[in-house]
Amino acid sequence: MIEVNNIEKSFGDAHILKGISTTFEKGKTSLVIGQSGSGKTVFLKCLLGLFTPESGTISYDGKIYAQLSDDEKRNLRAKMGMVFQGSALFDSMTIAENVMFPLRMFTKQSKSEMEDRVNFVLNRVNLPDAHHKMPSEASGGMQKRVAIARAIVNKPKYLFCDEPNSGLDPKTAMVIDNLIQEITDEYNIITVINSHDMNSVMEIGEKIVFLKDGIKAWEGSKETIFKTDNEVVTDFVYSSELFKKVRKMYIEENE
Amino acid sequence: MIAEMFRKPTKWSVMRTLILKDIDDLIIGSLGIVAFISFFVGGVVTIQTALNISNPLIPKYLVGFATRQSVILEFAPTFISIIIAGKVGSFITSSIGTMRVTEQIDALEVMGINALNYLVFPKFIALMLYPFVISIAMFLGVIGGMAACVYGGFSTLEDYITGVQTDFIPFHIAYAFIKTIVFAFLLATIPSFYGFYMKGGALEVGKASTTSFVWTSVMIILLNYILTQMLLS
Repeated sequence: MIEVNNIEKSFGDAHILKGISTTFEKGKTSLVIGQSGSGKTVFLKCLLGLFTPESGTISYDGKIYAQLSDDEKRNLRAKMGMVFQGSALFDSMTIAENVMFPLRMFTKQSKSEMEDRVNFVLNRVNLPDAHHKMPSEASGGMQKRVAIARAIVNKPKYLFCDEPNSGLDPKTAMVIDNLIQEITDEYNIITVINSHDMNSVMEIGEKIVFLKDGIKAWEGSKETIFKTDNEVVTDFVYSSELFKKVRKMYIEENE
Repeated sequence: MIAEMFRKPTKWSVMRTLILKDIDDLIIGSLGIVAFISFFVGGVVTIQTALNISNPLIPKYLVGFATRQSVILEFAPTFISIIIAGKVGSFITSSIGTMRVTEQIDALEVMGINALNYLVFPKFIALMLYPFVISIAMFLGVIGGMAACVYGGFSTLEDYITGVQTDFIPFHIAYAFIKTIVFAFLLATIPSFYGFYMKGGALEVGKASTTSFVWTSVMIILLNYILTQMLLS
């Protein structure tokens, strides 16, 4: 479990995170949602250890990150998989080399074992023939799937995704959502996704944390988000007519 | 940054590949332009020296002597280093800077990899072969001078070779290579610093490349002065 306890983060005069506390559980897909500038990315980077909160703690399976030695932090990070918003594939490597990279860095597997594992995960993300392509030759959706393959190749305990659907068409976005959900169930890992895609919220949000101006304004699930009266959440989630209708239908069906 | 670069080293099997790739990019990839510039600037130094010696009492072999001294003491180590600061330095800043902008460095750090060791250390080791580039520049500068001297009719081949061999002080070669090693350190670290710690987008990558070139050049010129004062005076 990841436990976030009252973390605060500022950059100069800008107070970005203002005392956020929450937990993320094993085997669940958790979404952190909120408007642009609400602090989602900073929050995720704090979880990843890329930013250090000024106060508060983040603990991974009971171990407080800030109290770990540098080696322990690096070992913990080796158990994290991350899908960046822009995929962050290494553009000097082929797709297969990108996926193999964590294995080369952190395991003592033979080349054939690594190749088998790369073939397996590339098949898992439905890219069986993309091995020799360069990232620049792949579409946005393919790049996201390669990034997911790279994130899971070393069997991580924690998977983080920063807006994995941004810039993708709705169908590809749904494929990516379902893939992340399936991987979370299959590997029984903790998955935290930053998103402002409401389709993702409705489809895979087993836990939802809503941030507004650096404060946790609401917490719930895809079921409870339909019923909430929290105005801040309803203003954001049901800002479009379509989602207003979806909510109305959901409430009518469940009454 | 330099201390962090040596901490938590990357696996040797991976590092070896990175070092070989950087030797190819930074050293082998620079040989063409270095050879071209050295040959022709050596020629120009010879022509200008020959044209400025009008006194018949000055021996003709002085052209070879002056060319050798100019090339070995200043042109090859310093002038070539400024050119390499433009070519290799901007390549290092822009490639690392682009990795920063596209979150590739964040990806390395998230994986628990020491990004400074992974990205900068191989460049540092590759540039330790920089004296090899400078020795080629020295050789081709002198050869370029010889070609210009003989084919331009300024003196005979024998006079030029006599000049090149006259009053040769081996310490001048050591002095040139000491400077070269120091400049190699600057060429590896200053552009890496500007690339690694840059913030912003594509425009800032361009600005960082320019800034790194300016500061690398300034540091080369300053240290050239200080080292010359220390070693030769």
